[in-house]
Amino acid sequence: MRRYLARKILIYLVTFWVAVTIDWAIPRFMPGDPVQSLLSRMQAQPESQQALTGYYTKAFGFNVPIWKQYLNFWAALFHGDLGVSIANFPTPVWELIRGALPYTLALLVPAILLSFWAGNKVGAMAARRKGLDNTVLPVSYLLTATPQMWLGIVLAWIFATILTIFPVSAAYDLSLQPTWSFEFARSFLHHWILPFLTLFLVAFGGWAIGMRNMIIYELEADYSNYLAALGAPTRLIRKYAYRNALLPQITGLALALGAIISGAIVVEIVYSYPGLGTLTLTAIQNRDYFLIQGIFLFLIVGILIANFIIDIAYVLIDPRTRVGMQGGS
Amino acid sequence: MRVGPRGEIADVGTEIPASVAEAPLTPTGAPQTAPPPAPRSEFLYFALRNWKFVFGLSLVLGFFLLALIGPHLTPHKPLAFTGPTDGRPSSDYWFGTTSFGQDVFSQFVNGLRAAFLVGILGGGLAWLIGATVGFTAGYRGGAVDDVLNMLTNVVLVIPTLAILIIVAAYVNVHSYVTEAILIGLTSWPWAARAVRAQTFSLKTREFVDVARLTGRNTRQIIVTEIAPNMSSYLLMMFILLFGGAILIGASLDFLGLGPSEKVSLGLMMNSSFLSSALLLGSWWWFLPPGLGIVGIVGGLYVMNVGLDEIFNPRLREL
Repeated sequence: MRRYLARKILIYLVTFWVAVTIDWAIPRFMPGDPVQSLLSRMQAQPESQQALTGYYTKAFGFNVPIWKQYLNFWAALFHGDLGVSIANFPTPVWELIRGALPYTLALLVPAILLSFWAGNKVGAMAARRKGLDNTVLPVSYLLTATPQMWLGIVLAWIFATILTIFPVSAAYDLSLQPTWSFEFARSFLHHWILPFLTLFLVAFGGWAIGMRNMIIYELEADYSNYLAALGAPTRLIRKYAYRNALLPQITGLALALGAIISGAIVVEIVYSYPGLGTLTLTAIQNRDYFLIQGIFLFLIVGILIANFIIDIAYVLIDPRTRVGMQGGS
Repeated sequence: MRVGPRGEIADVGTEIPASVAEAPLTPTGAPQTAPPPAPRSEFLYFALRNWKFVFGLSLVLGFFLLALIGPHLTPHKPLAFTGPTDGRPSSDYWFGTTSFGQDVFSQFVNGLRAAFLVGILGGGLAWLIGATVGFTAGYRGGAVDDVLNMLTNVVLVIPTLAILIIVAAYVNVHSYVTEAILIGLTSWPWAARAVRAQTFSLKTREFVDVARLTGRNTRQIIVTEIAPNMSSYLLMMFILLFGGAILIGASLDFLGLGPSEKVSLGLMMNSSFLSSALLLGSWWWFLPPGLGIVGIVGGLYVMNVGLDEIFNPRLREL
């Protein structure tokens, strides 16, 4: 187990290092002058151009040797200094991210956990049951092939524009203040349901397909046939099959995190949900480079933490990783 | 083969279900009593009797044809401000018009072209990198494997969209080829892992030993001995990467990071969304691009399930 986790942590450290280096290197090694490229896109006034050129050159630290720029970048990072937002000058990037983070987590965490749970259950039920399989499988394929933003648009159109059951934008009624009151919680939930449902449905399809296929393989395995030959009830055999099928699904969860987070980014934009996704869009539109950089690093750290949690869960669930045998990978 | 969320083949650690690892190696289980059909027609024989494969393939080919001939069916240019604003579908403007008076049908069929271009190029590049890395790592093993495995794992953890956002913020993406290359360079890791695991299980077989004894070099052995034995796997991998590239491309375009002066399905969603087509209820504007993507990608996925059943006799019943 220690070896397994140690290897994982090494991978995460290298990933973090690579991500930070990419973050640092892209403005420096891309063709053209990054400062000019940023300014030309901002279409600023000539007077402000000058001031901004000076600001950017200093902010990127272009006036020192390149190895020193790299070290300075790391030093700033460890001080929690992600720079200052350009569009919302002079708010630090970190503060903007901290404000957006709770909303993104409120969407992502339930969407990931509930879709994983429900998708696996429904997929397991559908395996080798003709009637259910013929409905669950096509629907799941349809869902997993759907771009999240489009599903978001369609749900918003049906439930907000036509039926007017749910609101389309923001995370709560803007006449309210975010407090721990019942009224605010109700408004929050009301705004939360559609974006959550969008993320949930697309992810659900993937889990249902994966689990259905895994269960079919497990039911063909020798241990299943042996149990059946001993006269074990089908329920018991399926229970064992489910447990075995769950392991690769958990590996799949780690693999799918990136796609789910990408989905959250675009879905938040559709619903103007004030999380990291909407922040990303404004950063892109304003060419707010430090903000983009900060969000990128933040997403990486989030994914690494989530991966680590999944690894721990894997160790807890799969006894083979605990006794140092194969498995996990 | 296991199709995971967003259509990824998640390799099941090193323990691939036996039926997957074996299936491509044995000639498909045609009963010995019946006269076995010739290898090529055998594939066709099962393929044409598999409704999933036929349905998926016809869907994808249908959209492909539409992308090819669609732009010639309408006199309107995709970005020209020709028609009424916010016009409902009519005989003149089959899919209606945008709030700028552009023809939605023309945008849609041109967007389909972009989707196929990004899918084939991006998916193809990812396939090439994934297969190369996977074969090399799996066949060579040892230090080469360690290094490539580390590389794969690192790229695997970094979300494709996040890295594309930061690159696209600096590189002005002017063409779909650039966009496809960016997608291809970042979406190969799971494919590499899948190929690596397969190669591991193949390289210890006798026929590979024999090939090695005859003195052929690594590249020849991989190309002539190992790859043909997992050709079905490689084909299905390409199809999934193809669909994945279309989805990532659409997200990028939706975020406004694709070529902004061109037409694409993602960009249609972007401009309809930004012009509040939702509140105005202009469904003819925002429904087609998504339906196009669902049609192509869904068709690809269903076709893949069909292929799985064609190549793997154990899955054929049911």
